[in-house]
Amino acid sequence: MERTTLDLWVGIFVVAGIASLVMLAMKVGNLGTYNVSDAYQVHAYFTNIGGLKPKASIKSAGVLVGRVTDITLDTERYQAKVVMSLDKRYLFPKDTFANILTSGLLGEQYIGLMPGGDDQMLKNGEQLKKTQSAIVLEDMIGKFIYNKAEEPAK
Amino acid sequence: MPADKAIKGIGHRVIDAVWRIGKASRFFFLALLYSGSGFRRFHLIIKELFSTGVMSLIIIIVAGLFVGMVLGLQGYETLKRYGSESALGGMVALSLVRELGPVMAALLFASRAGSAMTAEIGLMKATEQISAMEMMAVNPIARIVAPRFWAGVISMPLLAAMFSAVGVFGGYFVGVVQIGVDEGSFWSQMQAAVDFREDILNGVIKSFVFGIVVTVIALFEGYDAPPTAEGVSGATTRTVVTSSLAILMLDFVLTAIMFRGS
Repeated sequence: MERTTLDLWVGIFVVAGIASLVMLAMKVGNLGTYNVSDAYQVHAYFTNIGGLKPKASIKSAGVLVGRVTDITLDTERYQAKVVMSLDKRYLFPKDTFANILTSGLLGEQYIGLMPGGDDQMLKNGEQLKKTQSAIVLEDMIGKFIYNKAEEPAK
Repeated sequence: MPADKAIKGIGHRVIDAVWRIGKASRFFFLALLYSGSGFRRFHLIIKELFSTGVMSLIIIIVAGLFVGMVLGLQGYETLKRYGSESALGGMVALSLVRELGPVMAALLFASRAGSAMTAEIGLMKATEQISAMEMMAVNPIARIVAPRFWAGVISMPLLAAMFSAVGVFGGYFVGVVQIGVDEGSFWSQMQAAVDFREDILNGVIKSFVFGIVVTVIALFEGYDAPPTAEGVSGATTRTVVTSSLAILMLDFVLTAIMFRGS
């Protein structure tokens, strides 16, 4: 079959289309940013997760180390069970502290890990024992108003 | 009685519309059925890819660039009120990848390539080229319709992807280069907000569906056009109007299915 300039143009068109798809996937989407294949799973119980969602990031010292994979309600303890998958490159001591934090004042919520001093490291399937729940703005405002009401009138 | 006539008129129109929908469905089915022989003549698809895809490149790129730039400007103005200009990247990318890319590209495609398809096939019919083909025992659906159908279906997602990609750069140009939003937060917010499967793949599926719908409407209108100059012009108008409405309505349905809010 003969090659024509038409084929060249169609080739350019298809290559440009696929290139923009790849660019969308890698540069715009999250496909290029985080690879969950080399990961281990740990879980933790929180009394209140606030607005935490699956796929929220897990950070330690501000560095992205994993993602939340699953959130369920444990009906035996009536607490939220959060399963996280962490990058294999980062190991954490057993007494690591898990906090639900908010990026910015109204930003999305993420889990912050604060490593403890244990010399044993967390393994796949283990539990993070020390957790702190999300700060719920309504609760804080409620407490504030309650405290104000208790103050003796001046 | 005028009321009598009006009711008759409405009934006539409704029956006519249902008739045409049935005919269009049969046409779509036939186009799929004879696609096999269309693929055997692959050079025909290449030729149609050139006239539908490559010729739409410039309008798609220019439109994408400007839509992205407008999104950058408007998004900045709005987000500034909440002090979260850094989320601009995520906003621009999400609106492009989820909605504006597929929808705008499909609308442009319908008016740029769809109308041309209808006019071409309508004129072929008016000048009795289609009857001539049938006379020579060449199936016009396999020879004319199927290659155009596949060319439209292939080029639509690619055009939509290009629209979104160029739009992101338009937003980048206005947001980062001109206004001065932090470049790092622009890209990182974008990557945090856009999910590959949830957003990008759903956008591609949308544009794929739009590609099918727009090309089927364009081809059917052309094939069904009365073989007169007036008939072809009316069919071309109907192509643009019907496919634009179909795109917008389908977009709502698809959005409701895909992003029901988790």
